[in-house]
Amino acid sequence: MSAAPDLLAPDLLVIGAGPAGLAAAATAAEQGLHVLLVDEQAAPGGQYWRGVEAAPAALTAVLGRDYAAGRTAIERLRRSGAAHAPATTVWHLGRGSAGLEVGLASGTRAQLVSPKAVLVASGALERPFPVPGWELPGVMGAGAAQALLKTSGTAAEGAVFAGTGPLLYLVAAQYLAAGVRVRALLDTTPAGALTQALPHLPRALRRSAMLLEGAGWLAAIARRTRVVRGVEALRIEGTAHAEAIVWQTRHTEGRIESPHIFLHQGVVPQTNLSMAAGLTHDWHEGQQAWHPRTDPWGAASVPGLFVAGDGAGIDGAAAATASGTLAALEICHQAGRLDRSARDAAARPHRQALKRERALRPFLDALHRPAPQFLVPRAPETLVCRCEAITRGALEGALALGLDGPNQLKSFSRAGMGPCQARLCGLTLQGLIAERSGRSMAEVGYLRLRPPVKPLTVEMLADLEIAPALEDTDAL
Amino acid sequence: MFKRLEGSETSIIMRFEGREIRARAGESVAAALLAAGIEICRDHPKTGLPRAPFCLMGTCFECLVTIDGQPNRQACLVPAADGLIIERGTGGALP
Repeated sequence: MSAAPDLLAPDLLVIGAGPAGLAAAATAAEQGLHVLLVDEQAAPGGQYWRGVEAAPAALTAVLGRDYAAGRTAIERLRRSGAAHAPATTVWHLGRGSAGLEVGLASGTRAQLVSPKAVLVASGALERPFPVPGWELPGVMGAGAAQALLKTSGTAAEGAVFAGTGPLLYLVAAQYLAAGVRVRALLDTTPAGALTQALPHLPRALRRSAMLLEGAGWLAAIARRTRVVRGVEALRIEGTAHAEAIVWQTRHTEGRIESPHIFLHQGVVPQTNLSMAAGLTHDWHEGQQAWHPRTDPWGAASVPGLFVAGDGAGIDGAAAATASGTLAALEICHQAGRLDRSARDAAARPHRQALKRERALRPFLDALHRPAPQFLVPRAPETLVCRCEAITRGALEGALALGLDGPNQLKSFSRAGMGPCQARLCGLTLQGLIAERSGRSMAEVGYLRLRPPVKPLTVEMLADLEIAPALEDTDAL
Repeated sequence: MFKRLEGSETSIIMRFEGREIRARAGESVAAALLAAGIEICRDHPKTGLPRAPFCLMGTCFECLVTIDGQPNRQACLVPAADGLIIERGTGGALP
């Protein structure tokens, strides 16, 4: 992390170096803004383009053309003049009396910087998939399995993939393309999902290339591994490590021995930061997730704060490049670097791209909407909160006392209080309360999140380096 | 068991619980441990049961280990580097 004075007060601070953040940082820097791009990972690319600069040719071939395109986006960033701070965590974001404040941490140092504008491009995370045994070593997200493939060229022979959603099929197909044996794919896509999704198909055909690509993954998987469709229940067995996965469909059941189980049921926006920043969020019924409320430029409900990419709603990498660019153009406009007509002219192709990419989503969202029993686990022994090891059964006990909101449930049970700050249980807690009370997810609401959004040591706070603009204020 | 696919170059040498671990430039400590066949990285502070990296992208905090004496580091966010001394997460409280 650089401590150069202009980086303590950049024109634009971009959080996240995935497709949205890379495009935004480069676009704004090319227009002459002082841009600081901070990212938690050691190398740029986000999850989608993870490790793309270092990936050997053979691996890049397995991961595909869209993956390889990440190199171009990163080269553009490096040429743009934007400063890139890797391995840097954001622990605070908000607007105080002296303007925007962003808390950064890198290694053992913490800083409080004062940018003129902030773009949150923090991307998505895999939706929690609480099934009995999901906390056992050997069980991982399919996205995690893909991360290992991308940065390490590492894969597990004979793994079982379970769940639903494009990423699940993609990673299984990439495993097979890399010559790695896949034991089985247990598909939890509900039986009626296709019927629900069909009305959205005509619009989705505008992105027929992507639909065909997905169909190709499915065909490759069906040819080369066992696929069980209509899976309605899952349980992972093992004591110190996963040993087997037990599945059930309406008519039959089975048990497959494998030490590696990769779970996935879609991705949801990472909203811990945008929520802690006090941005207004809306419940998105189709995606079963919270979206920060934004205008067509990505401007959020707090002045100077923008959100783009999958962190604003799941639309995929190509859409993220477009929405990141649109936000940067508006930020340049507000900074006086682009007049209205130049901004609008530059925006036009990105608006079209965004519209095209979004045409696909309602179909995919309906087709891969997780079944209720995988959103809120049925078996009482299932861990809901992994950090504090709280089961559904324990939460039932707390709820029986008449608690009616996620915050009450958290204070009472400690669920959501661990270091992950409910990233892996918040939606489940919300769903459990909704289910029991008969209220909608929107009515129940989410946990109240506060900074620091990532753990920080007291020493780091004591040695905090503060941007001059914020020094005499009551920041924090 | 996880395995590296092709003859990828593992030029970095670290230690986990005294055992030599080889890593590839650009990968995280968590990825290197998994690639070396080390799947359990800590014991859960409440249950004492073993836990392993789950998300590999910084969100789940399951891969907390001690690195060069500093506890509770997210192994998936620390780049592998020569000479790192890594110990199984003790399960102590977070700072």
